[in-house]
Amino acid sequence: MTYLDHAATTPMLPEVLAAMTEQLGRVGNASSLHASGRAARRAAEQSRERLADALGARPSEVLFTGGGTESDNLAVKGLFWARRGADTQRRRLVVSPAEHHAVLDSVEWLVKHDGAEVTWLPVEPSGRILPEALAEALGDGRDVAVASVMWANNEIGTVSDIAALAATAHAVGVPLHTDAVQAVGQVPVDFAASGVDALTMTGHKLGGPMGAGALLLRRDAECTPLLHGGGQERDVRSGTLDVAAIVGLAVATGTTVSRREQRAEQVGALRDRLVQGVTAEVPDARLNGAPLDDELAGGPGRLPGNAHLSFPGAEGDALLMLLDARGIECSTGSACSAGVARPSHVLLAVGADGERARSSLRFSLGHTSTDADVDAVLDVIGPVVERARRAGLGRR
Amino acid sequence: MRVLAAMSGGVDSAVAAALAVDAGHDVTGVHLALSQNRQTLRSGSRGCCSVEDSHDARRVADELGIPFYVWDLADRFTEDVVDDFVAEYAAGRTPNPCLRCNEKIKFSAVLDRALSLGFDAVVTGHHARLAGGELRRSVDSAKDQSYVLGVLTPEQLAAAWFPLGGTTKDRVREIAAERGFAVATKPDSHDICFIPDGDTRGFLARRLGSLPGPVVDATTGATVGEHDGTYGFTVGQRKGLGVSAGDSRPRYVLGIEPVSRTVTIGTADLAVVDEVRTGVPTWTGAAPALPARFEVQLRAHGTPVACEVSAADGGLRIALAEAQRGVAPGQSAVLYEPDAVRGDRVVGQAAVADAR
Repeated sequence: MTYLDHAATTPMLPEVLAAMTEQLGRVGNASSLHASGRAARRAAEQSRERLADALGARPSEVLFTGGGTESDNLAVKGLFWARRGADTQRRRLVVSPAEHHAVLDSVEWLVKHDGAEVTWLPVEPSGRILPEALAEALGDGRDVAVASVMWANNEIGTVSDIAALAATAHAVGVPLHTDAVQAVGQVPVDFAASGVDALTMTGHKLGGPMGAGALLLRRDAECTPLLHGGGQERDVRSGTLDVAAIVGLAVATGTTVSRREQRAEQVGALRDRLVQGVTAEVPDARLNGAPLDDELAGGPGRLPGNAHLSFPGAEGDALLMLLDARGIECSTGSACSAGVARPSHVLLAVGADGERARSSLRFSLGHTSTDADVDAVLDVIGPVVERARRAGLGRR
Repeated sequence: MRVLAAMSGGVDSAVAAALAVDAGHDVTGVHLALSQNRQTLRSGSRGCCSVEDSHDARRVADELGIPFYVWDLADRFTEDVVDDFVAEYAAGRTPNPCLRCNEKIKFSAVLDRALSLGFDAVVTGHHARLAGGELRRSVDSAKDQSYVLGVLTPEQLAAAWFPLGGTTKDRVREIAAERGFAVATKPDSHDICFIPDGDTRGFLARRLGSLPGPVVDATTGATVGEHDGTYGFTVGQRKGLGVSAGDSRPRYVLGIEPVSRTVTIGTADLAVVDEVRTGVPTWTGAAPALPARFEVQLRAHGTPVACEVSAADGGLRIALAEAQRGVAPGQSAVLYEPDAVRGDRVVGQAAVADAR
C-alpha cells in the first residue's frame, strides 16, 4: 500500500501511542480534587505546557478542543460574538474564500442566522492572501469583527505570510484568526511571533490522535463559548478533559515540531521527485499552487509534503479510483458529505476553471513516506492518466 | 473478471454485489448520485438516491470489503431522464422513466465509463435472467424487471450481469439477512425516484405550470369540462377526470392532443384497442423475421398479451389477440417469446405511437 494522503491524516507516532496507552489505563477527572484527579490534571497541564512551548505560546493560551473543526468554529463564531457584543457595528467578517469548510461554513452560518456580513478576500493565483488585499478589504476596520486567513492551504499547500497579515489587521484594530492545521509541524509556526489572536491546530495531522486539537487564543482576546458547562479551559470550552488524547496531542506536537526541519527536507525532496517524475510521465500535468521552491519571509512558501496536480482531460475521481485499484491512496482534495466529488472551491478561488478544478489530485507526503512510494506512483501514473482520459471522453 | 457493481442502497443491488464477490470477481461498488437535491431524506419506500441510500450502499460495500465510490450523474440524469419525462408528458405521452434510465444512464453513461476505466462488466440487482446473450424474465414473476430492461441492445447486454434473475425476492432478503446486511429489511423502492412524494401530477404541475384546455366527450363532441394541463392525464385513466358526462357510465381518457390541449374521454367500449403502432424498435439480439407471433407487455407489471407483429412505416404494427384498455402513446411495448421453462425471452421493444 502506498499512502500519500498525509494531509487527510497521518499515521500515529509510536511514542504517542505509548504515552496514550499508559494514560488510558489511569482513572481520574482532571477537575476532581482528590489524588486521582490531581494526577490527571498534572498530565493535562504538562501537556499544555509542552504544546505551548512547541508553538511559541503561553500555556494559558492553549485551549484544548475536539479538533480543527471545533477550533475553527470557536474562533470564528466566538470572536464574532464577543466583538459584536462589545460594539454592535462590528458585523463584518473578512475571510479568504480558500479556507477549509470549517471556517467557510461557520462564516456562512453567521451570515444566514446572525446578521453577519462577509467580505471575501481576493486570492493570488498561487493561493496566497496578500497583506495589501487584506488592508483594502478591512478599510478602517471599524465595522469588522474578525478576519480569518489560513496559514497553509490544505489542498494546494500554499503558505501565506501570517505575521504580515496579523500586523495589517492589528493596524486597524481587527483580530486575526488563522487555521494552521496543515502548517504546524510542516513549516515554522510561532504563535507569539506571528502576532495572531487565535490559531487552530489539530493532532491527527502530525502523528497524534483524532478528536484532539487546540485553539491558541491570546489572553486578551474575548471569545464567547460554543459549549457551556463546567467552565474548563478558561470558561471558553467546557467539558471534561480527554486527558489521554491531550497527552497524545502534546507528545505528537512536541515530537513533530522538534523534528520539523530535518523532516521537511526529506519530505520536500521526495515531493520534488514526485512532481518532477509525474510531469515527465504526463507532460501536460500542471502543478497547482506556489512553485516547489517558493520562499516566503525566510521559510517555505509551500508545504513540503504537498503535491497538487491537474491532469487536463481526466477526471479527478476517475484518477483516484484507478490509483486506488493499484494500491495508491491519494485525494481529489474536496468531497462533500454525500461523497460526491465537486470541483474544488480552492481551485475555483485561485481562478481555475471548473474543468481544471475537476481534473486534480492531491498527493500529500508525510513522516512515513519513502522513495518506494514515489516510485509506485511514477510506475503507474502514465497509463492511469491515459485510461482516465479515455473514460473522460465518453462523458458529456 | 473486473466488475462494477451499481449499488443503489437497496437490498437487491447489495446481494447482487455480494454474489459477484462470492463468484470470485474483482468487484468495485459505485453509487450513482442522480438527484439534484441529495439532502432530501428518504420518505417511506420511495426513491433510491438520497444521502441515506448512499450511506446504506457504502455500508454494504465496506462489509464486503470492496472499494466504493459515488459517481455524480445528476446532470445527465436530469437531462436524459427527468427533463425527458416532463417533455413527454407535455407532448401528451406517457413515458417510463426507469426504462429511460436503464437506456441512457445505467447501461450507457455508466457502462461506457466502466468499460473505459477497464472494467469488464456492470452488475446490477435487476430481477431478470441473462445468459448466452438472452434476456429473460426472472423466476420471481411478481418482481420481474425484464420490462424496464427491454430497451437494451446486444452490445449493452454483452457487458451486463444480472445475478438475481434466478432468485426470488424473498430469497434475496434471506441472503441479505444471513450476511447481516442492515438493508435486508429495507422496503422495496417503487414509484418514481425523482418524485419522492409520489405526486406525479403535482410534480408536473410545478414544472409545466397551468396549461388549461377542454375535456371533450368523444361520442357527443361536447366540451364537458376544463382541465389545468393535459399532463394530469394518461390514456386509459378513469379516476380523477373531474367531469360529469351526463350519465352514470364510467368514462376513460381516450386521447390527448397537446397542441389544442384537448383531452378526449369516452365510455369503456371506446377505450379498448386491438392494434398498436410503434416507433422504431430496438432488439435485444438479431432482429427477428417479421411478421411473427410474440407476446407483448404494454406497461411495467402489465399482463402479456398474444400478438402478431409486422413491420409498418419504419415501426411496428402489433395486432393484439385480446383488446386492451389504456394503451398510451409513449409507453414501451416490450415483445416476449414465451418460454415456460427458461423464462420468457425479451425480443425487443418500441415506443407506442398510436393505438386504435
